[in-house]
Amino acid sequence: MALLEVKNLGISFGGLQAVQGLNMSIESGHLYGLIGPNGAGKTTAFNMLTGMYTPTEGIITFDGVNITGKGPEYISKAGIARTFQNIRLFNAMSVLDNVKVGMHNRVTYSMLDGVLRTKKYRNKEAEMNEKAQRLLDVFGIGDKADYAASQLPYGQQRKLEICRALASDPKLLLLDEPAAGMNPNETQELMETVRKVRDDFGIAILLIEHDMKFVMGICEEITVLEYGKTIAHGDPQTVSNDPEVIAAYLGGDDED
Amino acid sequence: MAKQKKISKAARTYLTSFILVGGFWGAIEAVKLSGGLSSKAAGLLIPVCAYIMMAISLNLVVGFLGELSLGHAAFMSAGAFAGVFFYNTAGAGMPEGAAIVLAFLIGGLAAGIFGVIVGVPVLRLSGDYLAIVTLAFGEILKNVLNSLYIGADSAGLHFSLKDQFSLNMEPTGKVLMKGAMGITGIRKFSVFSVGILLIALTLLFVLNLMNSRAGRAITAIRDDDIAARSIGINLTKYKLMAFVSSAVIAGFAGVLYALNFASLVAKKFDYNLSINILVMVVLGGMGSIPGAIIAAVVLTVLPELLRGFSQYRMFIYSIVLIIMMLFNRAPAFVMWRQRMALKFRSGKAGSEKEDAGKKKG
Repeated sequence: MALLEVKNLGISFGGLQAVQGLNMSIESGHLYGLIGPNGAGKTTAFNMLTGMYTPTEGIITFDGVNITGKGPEYISKAGIARTFQNIRLFNAMSVLDNVKVGMHNRVTYSMLDGVLRTKKYRNKEAEMNEKAQRLLDVFGIGDKADYAASQLPYGQQRKLEICRALASDPKLLLLDEPAAGMNPNETQELMETVRKVRDDFGIAILLIEHDMKFVMGICEEITVLEYGKTIAHGDPQTVSNDPEVIAAYLGGDDED
Repeated sequence: MAKQKKISKAARTYLTSFILVGGFWGAIEAVKLSGGLSSKAAGLLIPVCAYIMMAISLNLVVGFLGELSLGHAAFMSAGAFAGVFFYNTAGAGMPEGAAIVLAFLIGGLAAGIFGVIVGVPVLRLSGDYLAIVTLAFGEILKNVLNSLYIGADSAGLHFSLKDQFSLNMEPTGKVLMKGAMGITGIRKFSVFSVGILLIALTLLFVLNLMNSRAGRAITAIRDDDIAARSIGINLTKYKLMAFVSSAVIAGFAGVLYALNFASLVAKKFDYNLSINILVMVVLGGMGSIPGAIIAAVVLTVLPELLRGFSQYRMFIYSIVLIIMMLFNRAPAFVMWRQRMALKFRSGKAGSEKEDAGKKKG
């Protein structure tokens, strides 16, 4: 049984079928890509996987448990974390606090412990600070721990968002267009980061991406969506040679 | 290194807040000893304490949770009436200390219950519904309390929303609450130090809460509720936590305020008061506790100081409001303040770090 098993997943908003018959199977430690032109339904698929939307058909099984229609809170606890296409950080909070919020359901103590500053509070806070600092160091932004999240440059904000997602100890990490708005150098660096995350943390990663070089260079398995339907599936080689994908997605004027 | 800086930053808020309150207390006590405190000024002390508590607690909702509440005075009112009603009836036979402690607890509890009643349905929604509902709640509570008659005789309590004769009591019955006249004959209890103690407890609660897991969840919801949800934060739970805590503190403030006067009427806790408290929070800088304290003191004392200028009073008041707003928000002023803070800090960096270390250790 794969870590994430998606069977015939679909959602319609009123009369609009945004995603239809999506099948995916992601093993532990896999790097999986979900690609497709704008409006193909990739982010919608993400939103169903993370419980933001309730699918109208199909089944999502994660780690042997049916999580279809469960809310984001449940799914986050189950071990799926995500980043967003338009970075969503807690801008007024410090970089360190952003990561600590990520541990919300992993390192816990009650409100009363916090207000009364019990021993449990002190121990757990120390544990959080150490863990968060270590995560930030892995991504090379440890020296920015005290900055407000909004003060970081764009590339580092992306990294911080990944840090925050990893802070919840996920088994599966969903990255929504991680390379959006990055120059080729930053993209290259990000590729290494993503691979490193997979290797160091031993988790599965599912990513949505526009940048074909990025996806082809990093993913082991790819599903291509168009108008909510799956038009191709397989390893990068197969997908990039698929005539339907070339016609629908890569187009005639693509430099590849 | 980075960790050390973080600690000193949080500690700085603690330090400034407590130094402000301690300084306020010390200054007043000193003036009291020297005999320079006029009776009029003395009468202002407890209201100032209550407003400081109100401003800090509203900051929890407006500054930290990022929701707009326009009926904070209603929670103060709920606390005041519940606490004083108890104090005047059941508490009358008790030793004063016990009666007062219980009055505070009951006032806080009553306000908290109203906080849950208002919060549970509204905070499940996202959007500006809280402002509308709290505004309505404030008016409803004010009008109900304003026409509520309560009497007691040997058969128990009697309630009426009409007048005191429709209570249908035995001739020996006693009217406890008289509609628009409210509750009268309160044995006054106004000890400035108790007010300061309550402020200190409020500060400790709010600052500790905000620097903990729950507080981070609350600020995370303010900054980005979608991201907060994706991390597994239960939005309704933490919104309610902030809102109800804020209501309970307002309830305490209400009891403190009410015990300072011989009579208590519902009209005092109107829309204007809610807005005044909101102004304190906004002027003090949303999310800034020391700012809220300063704004609460200035905005309570200022109108009283200006009574001598009768006709120019509101004029000067509004000019001061505008100046404070500029000082807090205008980019040029903000930059000037940051430069000053930097200068101040680089000069005192050594000693401040030591202080912060002591505080934590």
